[in-house]
Amino acid sequence: MSAFLTYLLNGLAVGCAIALIASGLVAIHRVTGVVNFAQGTFAVVAGLCTSSLLGLGFPHGLSELAAVLAAAVAGLLTGLAAIGRRGTTPLSALIVTLGAGVLAYAVEIVLWGDQPRSAPGLAGSVTVAGARIQTQHLLVIGVTAATFVLLALFFGRTYLGKALTACASNPYAARVVGIDVRKMGLLAFALGGLLGGIAGVLVTPLRPISFDTDVTLIVNGFAAAVFGALTRPVITLIGALLLGVAETMAAGYGYGSHQLEVALGLMLVVMIVQASRRSAISLEST
Amino acid sequence: MIDVKDLVVSYGTATALEHVTLTVRRGEMVALLGPNGAGKSTLANTLAGLLKPSSGTVHADGRVALIPEGRQLFPDLTVADNLALGGWRSGQRDPALVYDLLPRLAELAGRRAGVLSGGEQQMVAFGRAMMSRPDVLVVDELSLGLAPTVTADLAAHLAALNAEQGLTVLLIEQNARLAFELCRRAYVLESGRLVTEGECAVLADDPRVASAYLGGAIT
Repeated sequence: MSAFLTYLLNGLAVGCAIALIASGLVAIHRVTGVVNFAQGTFAVVAGLCTSSLLGLGFPHGLSELAAVLAAAVAGLLTGLAAIGRRGTTPLSALIVTLGAGVLAYAVEIVLWGDQPRSAPGLAGSVTVAGARIQTQHLLVIGVTAATFVLLALFFGRTYLGKALTACASNPYAARVVGIDVRKMGLLAFALGGLLGGIAGVLVTPLRPISFDTDVTLIVNGFAAAVFGALTRPVITLIGALLLGVAETMAAGYGYGSHQLEVALGLMLVVMIVQASRRSAISLEST
Repeated sequence: MIDVKDLVVSYGTATALEHVTLTVRRGEMVALLGPNGAGKSTLANTLAGLLKPSSGTVHADGRVALIPEGRQLFPDLTVADNLALGGWRSGQRDPALVYDLLPRLAELAGRRAGVLSGGEQQMVAFGRAMMSRPDVLVVDELSLGLAPTVTADLAAHLAALNAEQGLTVLLIEQNARLAFELCRRAYVLESGRLVTEGECAVLADDPRVASAYLGGAIT
């Protein structure tokens, strides 16, 4: 029983990191219609930056904050490349983000080499109802929960957040009232970078990060985002937590080397179900 | 005022407006009639700055607001949020500004815009446009799909704003009866060209206009 609880809590922590990646995907897709394949890169950039900054002797807190901001800048640059030119279709922009992710590999290898890097997180562990859980896992869960609360407040309460929702809801009407939809798209990309960066900073102490870790991150994040139909943040969060728990259980009960396959399998199932559901809806409406 | 001179607007190789010249004086309310596909909405979007002229000029004094065809609200947001976003240009975020004008909107403030009736949605679109404190209002199809009593109510508000606050209005309509009731002057647009213009009283007696837009002469 205590093993189960351990896996569950660890799984939730893994799911939280996935949720942060996925919510970045959703934020960008809602506002711009673009599926951002460079989303995992933002986490990698932040993870590698933290590792370097801590290595250079900068204190905790400052290092992580700077790394997250670096990821937000990476998000903005990706956005400029993807949607900076007026009239770029979402499909072309998707391919640009794929290209940006590959370009990032080259930059990351030049700056950090190709070996995995780690960063010290919160040391130690605590016992919850008989189950041992690493303190860093609790930090991941706490920070993610706080981030989601802040996101909900930003989109639900602030004028800027509502303007972003307006762009997602009806881009033409947003232009009618004078909102610059392209600028809002860039803001969404920066926000996506920020969220990916938070994930990267939280995950790096748990599993070392290298330039190509983005593949694992994006596959997991994409599975959760597709679960939420790329538009619904709450469903995405639930999907991410389920995915994290499922993967950790699979690993814990003896299929450790098949974590990614579990994610891929679940993603395929979700995508096939979602795709058939969507076509059923569009058939009904005609 | 609105001053459109020799305006040409094209989408790729297709030309939507060909050499259109039109004037609405300050404080005037003028109608623009025409069938579907005549280019009326293209003109509305160009006046609102959403489309660029291929040639010719568009000039409007002060701030222009557009009530677009089909209301075009933000369905996921509340009425109050829809109104607040209408103030994006003016920086006016407090919907109380239009609650005085359209008290019904205060009652609907917390409802999601997507669930309202067509008439209520048009009222929100009206209020949202007024939130930008416009000098010029372009109304694209006020009456489309609405019950006559609802249209009459909105038309009365529009007439009052025009008469009391000197709001300059270009009223784009397929409903010529409504347009002729509200406006003294009208233009008629067909296939991207202005085919006739003049006093509404005169146009109503023009057999071509009467048969195309009024279903026979006004009696």
